[in-house]
Amino acid sequence: MKKQDKYLVTYCEILLTSTITTILVVAFLIVEKEMLLGAIIGLGILGFFIAKGRGIPHKIDQVYREHPCVFYLTIVSPVIIAIVFCRHEHFALFMIASVAIYATACLGLTLQLGYTGLTNFAGAAFLGVGGYTVAVLTNQSIPNVLVILLGGLMAAIIGSLLILPVLRTRGHYAALVTIAFALLFKTFLEINDTLGGPQGLKIASFKFFGLDFNEPLLGSSFYLSYVIAALLLMLVVFIITRLIEKSWLGLHLDAVRLDETVASCFGINIAAWKILAFTLGNFFIGLAGGLYAQMLGHIAPTNFTFADSLILISIVILGGIGNPLGVIPASFLIIVLPEKLQFIQEYRFLLFSILVILVLVYRPEGLLKRGLRSFYRTWGRERKLEN
Amino acid sequence: MDFSLLDQHIINGLVLGVIYAMVAVGFTLFFGVLNVIKFSHGDVLMAGSFAALIASLFLSQLGEFPTWLNLCISLLFAISIMATLGTLIAQHLVLPLRGAPPLNTLLITLMLGLAIREAVRLFYPNGSNPKPFPRLLPENSWIIGTMEIRQDTAIIIVGGLLAILILNLAIRKTRLGLSIRAVAQDPETARLMGINFKRIVLGTFALGSGLAALAGVANGLYYHEIIFDRGLFLGVIGFSAAVVGGLGSLLGAIIGGFLFAFLQTIGAIWFSVPAYKDVFAFVVIIMIMAWRPTGLLSEINSDRV
Repeated sequence: MKKQDKYLVTYCEILLTSTITTILVVAFLIVEKEMLLGAIIGLGILGFFIAKGRGIPHKIDQVYREHPCVFYLTIVSPVIIAIVFCRHEHFALFMIASVAIYATACLGLTLQLGYTGLTNFAGAAFLGVGGYTVAVLTNQSIPNVLVILLGGLMAAIIGSLLILPVLRTRGHYAALVTIAFALLFKTFLEINDTLGGPQGLKIASFKFFGLDFNEPLLGSSFYLSYVIAALLLMLVVFIITRLIEKSWLGLHLDAVRLDETVASCFGINIAAWKILAFTLGNFFIGLAGGLYAQMLGHIAPTNFTFADSLILISIVILGGIGNPLGVIPASFLIIVLPEKLQFIQEYRFLLFSILVILVLVYRPEGLLKRGLRSFYRTWGRERKLEN
Repeated sequence: MDFSLLDQHIINGLVLGVIYAMVAVGFTLFFGVLNVIKFSHGDVLMAGSFAALIASLFLSQLGEFPTWLNLCISLLFAISIMATLGTLIAQHLVLPLRGAPPLNTLLITLMLGLAIREAVRLFYPNGSNPKPFPRLLPENSWIIGTMEIRQDTAIIIVGGLLAILILNLAIRKTRLGLSIRAVAQDPETARLMGINFKRIVLGTFALGSGLAALAGVANGLYYHEIIFDRGLFLGVIGFSAAVVGGLGSLLGAIIGGFLFAFLQTIGAIWFSVPAYKDVFAFVVIIMIMAWRPTGLLSEINSDRV
């Protein structure tokens, strides 16, 4: 086969995959009967194995690495069609927005845990910092977009209080620091009366140049505006994360993760890179938290428990540590599945903790394994990206 | 600051210190033999207190038992169940992952802790609310001068100290203890000397988890109630105590436990809102970690370059 033909075939395969995935996802979001939901899950699992048999994850990874524009078009267009299709469904739109927000937060974690190897078990606490900043500030007369940015900034600032211990500790000790912070944060919120105590705070609706986000947009569900905002936020954060990974910045971060001693022998300033990754990651998580709080309209300490931090980590592990692409399907699975299947809602923490244990024991690389960094174009060549 | 209750604060601090020391000793034992941190340790403790609660309720259903018999049986039940659980965890989750990156072990034990916590919350009837723990200890008090010591408090302190002392003696004087110390010092050489590595590791996990169950029961007896997420707090505090004392050192863990209880007591005296004492304790942990990243008495095998 000629190079061009191969290109075309792969492209069609990916387009087909993304279309089928979108159809399944939309069907899953809209359908309410449990029998049908089960059938869709079955189809999804079947489809995953067929796709895996044909080596699609590998191909997607390749296209995504070498032709980002093609990749974004193939992924973005079905998503737009899907949103237009279910523009009247409150629940479906709410789910899409939640997935996008969680994926954004997990991209921040990917930057910290996946690239730089910094353990952050306080993800939900930083979400909470963003959320509470927004809750406190929206009632002032500050433009709402700025408020969300400030939420991210606040998370970065609070995170920088942890920088000293995080830089000086490693492994278990670093984990201890962030776990202690997660517990501290929730306890603090619960006993602090100015932040609403256990009841939490109400948040005024989001306004953007006179456009009220809690009013229906163009005669459709009022969640539509949030979906668009969340997807845009996710896209921006995704592109930034991806650019960091691809560039020399990512190379430095990888070096810091893989071997600190060797990295510093090559003249890499470990502390500086760790600070960059930790702060930027927390900034992303804070942004996500701010938007999440806006969408919920009400936040309480129970939204930001240690178990929620572990859920964020589960998403990163399930998606494949260090692969920003894997984060999106993983957050879909972990956020939407329990909401849709009501009978597992109560058991979700239990199920996900067991799932993560199984993933770690049997498939530590997650759903989509992070490929090796390719320093030159490999398009059309039969080159395996595995170790 | 309020000094009128100073004696009560001291007694309270002693009880907390004993409980923390028992948890910290478990962490330090596991770290010694396998170089792993088992983050589910606190949840094993909590599960132990629930096991004791179930046993005690079951016994009171059966008929009238003297309270001391009830206590002994519940305690034995909790310790044996948790020792078994600890062995199972070590055998199926910790040992197979010895070659994997340390992050994986960390995550597995964290997730396991979450699983245990959630299992108790979901499967114990009405598990998300605090459960009253039966009062199995005599509640009279002794009055020494102006100080009032309740008997149950005294028994918890003495019992806990005794347990730690016995464990310490066992590690120092018995054959099992010798093997544990050998494995902790150098697993390879210990194997060459004919020590069954796997059996020693499992034994250590059983020992540590049994001690955690004891700490859980002590916690329940002291507060008269237990709740499913208490284990997470105790686990983090116990780990910090072990770190502060230097991981791998038994004496360090005990000192760390008491130091921590002391800090928390100061926090409780200092702030008018008692709930701030936990916030204070966690702030202190973070500050100690920033100051001495591997603990006050630093780790034996520091891998610094």
